[in-house]
Amino acid sequence: MSTDLTHGHDDHGHHHEDTWLTKYIFSQDHKMIAKQFLITGIIWAFIGGLLSLFFRMQLAWPNETFPILETLLGKWAEGGQISNDFYYSLVTMHGTILVFFVLTAGLSGTFSNLLIPLQIGARDMASPLMNMLSYWFFFAAGVVMFSSFFVQTGPASGGWTAYPPLNGIRDISINIGSGLGFDLWIASMSLFIVSSLLGGLNYVATIINLRTKGMTMTRLPLLIWALLFTAVLGILSFPALLSAAVLLEFDRILDTSFFLNNIVIGGDLLAYKGGSPVLFQHLFWFLGHPEVYIIIFPAMGIVSEILSVNAKKPIFGYKAMIMSIGSITVVGFFVWAHHMFVSGMNPNLGIVFIIFTLLIAIPSSIKVFNWLTTLWRGNLKLTPPMMFAIGFISFFIFGGITGIFLGNAPVDLPLHDTYFVVAHFHVVMGVSAFFGMWAGVYHWFPKMYGRFMNDTLAYIHFWGSLIGGYLVFVPMHFLTGVPRRYYSFEQFTTFDIFQDVNVIITLGAFLVFATQIVFLINFFYSIFKGRKMTSDNLNPWGANTLEWTTPVERIHGNWSGDIPQVYRWPYDYSVNGNEINPQTKPLEEGEEEH
Amino acid sequence: MSTNTEYELREMANRQGQPFGASYGKLLMWFFLISDTFTFGAFLMGYASSRFSNIETWPTPEDVFDTIPVPALDSFLSMLGLDTHHLPLVFVTIMTSLLIASSVTMVRAVQEGIQMNKSGVVKWLIPTIIFGAMFLGCQYYEWTHLMHEGMTITANPFSNLGEFKDTGVMGPTAFAMFFFAITGFHGLHVLVGVGLNIWLMIATMNGRFEKVGHYEMVEKVGLYWHFVDLVWVYVFLSYYLL
Repeated sequence: MSTDLTHGHDDHGHHHEDTWLTKYIFSQDHKMIAKQFLITGIIWAFIGGLLSLFFRMQLAWPNETFPILETLLGKWAEGGQISNDFYYSLVTMHGTILVFFVLTAGLSGTFSNLLIPLQIGARDMASPLMNMLSYWFFFAAGVVMFSSFFVQTGPASGGWTAYPPLNGIRDISINIGSGLGFDLWIASMSLFIVSSLLGGLNYVATIINLRTKGMTMTRLPLLIWALLFTAVLGILSFPALLSAAVLLEFDRILDTSFFLNNIVIGGDLLAYKGGSPVLFQHLFWFLGHPEVYIIIFPAMGIVSEILSVNAKKPIFGYKAMIMSIGSITVVGFFVWAHHMFVSGMNPNLGIVFIIFTLLIAIPSSIKVFNWLTTLWRGNLKLTPPMMFAIGFISFFIFGGITGIFLGNAPVDLPLHDTYFVVAHFHVVMGVSAFFGMWAGVYHWFPKMYGRFMNDTLAYIHFWGSLIGGYLVFVPMHFLTGVPRRYYSFEQFTTFDIFQDVNVIITLGAFLVFATQIVFLINFFYSIFKGRKMTSDNLNPWGANTLEWTTPVERIHGNWSGDIPQVYRWPYDYSVNGNEINPQTKPLEEGEEEH
Repeated sequence: MSTNTEYELREMANRQGQPFGASYGKLLMWFFLISDTFTFGAFLMGYASSRFSNIETWPTPEDVFDTIPVPALDSFLSMLGLDTHHLPLVFVTIMTSLLIASSVTMVRAVQEGIQMNKSGVVKWLIPTIIFGAMFLGCQYYEWTHLMHEGMTITANPFSNLGEFKDTGVMGPTAFAMFFFAITGFHGLHVLVGVGLNIWLMIATMNGRFEKVGHYEMVEKVGLYWHFVDLVWVYVFLSYYLL
């Protein structure tokens, strides 16, 4: 009697007929689900990016009017100027969409689904059904979030962090988005948490149990390690947001006071008593901080793979990479309160969080040095994914350094809630993660669609994003004393000197957005018309990992015969006189096992 | 017994193996439970933090939970000559015993499942379902009783300064809020568990697991059920005992 594999997904065989509906919509094939995540993520990235252009226009030209805005946004931009209510909705939704829908679901959802089974040598995920549900819960979350744009009082506008009391009271006179818009925000996030949980459980179980013969844990590609820790972080941190969201919604609709205490509105003391808004911040950041690692880990993993493939060198310090990503996972759970140095937390507690925060710099630096050492004297092939991977490192170093500033409470106190913070986290988890994601898309596009993307457009995309990214965020670091989340600085003449800087930043944002249109054209054009991948060029980048051993036709079950057996780690580049030594190649006489 | 095709057997032989000796189904359940631990953990942490910020007026649990809200049980205990208006924590002890007893019967059901004994599984699932349902019933009576005393999710008549009836002083609402939120969330888990157990019993009776060749589903639901019991122990500890 067997204890596994009897759970009835016989559809791994090749006798399974797919209808249009089960092949493209309710597919249980991990590769199709990955594509669904990717395209949904791209749509959300487009929406989220567009929102940022709207508020950047307001910041750069606060008194100008743009009739097109009224055409697009209607009553939210009467006379062609964004209303101050909607400005807050824009920043809130930009944050929510980019952090959760694009860089969590779009990034780890896409690459976990696509590459976990392919790189570990499995037919599919542990539970294809749960995998499909994970996508559809994400889709439902997206529908609910999108619908909040159309409610009378507008979408949530109290910040993506959803802090009470601003978001804890259903009173639209103080915060217009705190009406139905925020209820939908909570409903959407709850669906999203379910999606992330279903996905995460599946990724972990698959990596642990469904590896092919010979694929020991220390022969896994670093990307799989990164995705494993991403899933673990998600499983352990999203529940805290779920609890906080449920209690916050109770405060809003049942008039409890979990997070509210002695609120005075217009001179009237409300009945809320005994709650603590700081408690919400603790619960939120218990998710919120690991969330940034959920975002950056897949990008790190992708970069590790692509650097090694394109430098044709073994990755430097494989075990150190695993240990550093593991220790970031562990220590990452003890740093959340560094977001709260100014929120009335006991200052003595802050010391603990400073120490842990600065400790994270060590494993992060180990990773950076290992990437650089992998590049050192490598036989670099500057393919588009390689360019993006190198761009990732540059942004990660840049954003990481400002993180050291902000991790210190004494430095953080004056910098908190200024544009310095905005610049820091956009560089280190926004732009970096995007560069990782683009690298991954260019690298594995042939695996997803059987075609290649256009290289020229890809290089335009790279240079536009790189220059635009620096153009936006380098000047933003100099807005050190300027508070974030202000609709207009007209009342504060001190900040007039920064007006030109704001214009530069906005122009940079337009450059980045325009470049993304190049990417979109390239992406969708190549799906249908790109250069075809042929069966005599199954391994176009010269990689060792298993996903390049599958046939061109992307079949259910991945390999047409038996799943391939693995004899070595994935980084045997330029050894034994061969540039590449696929994992499926048996060890040579006298060769040391890895 | 096994229904594996030749294809499936070959596939299995091509695997690296299962590091924890657990099938992926069981792993999924374990990781879900770890995740759920963090959900409950967040609730209990919130509870602890609210309790410490209201430490002066926080009611003493044995003064709040000192009656027997189930009428039949109340008259039975009165018949034995007990003062049912002052039996601190007796009722919740009975509730806890019900859940622990249901865990024991669940263990037996799992055991019978491993031995492929269909009627044994059904036999031990029945008391598990009954104990679970009884626990939910007790919770219904307890909530009704407390609401009757004036405790709602936004009002708490209990404080350590004496009961509202005697003093007119309202206690910290956090006590009531967290009580309903935490026991409610746990009750929801028990409800789901009872539902799963009923489904499991019906599926067993229909011979579903005999057809599959193993009773692993009983083990997986069993894991969930024990987890729900374990969480209750923590709720019991932090809400009623401390």
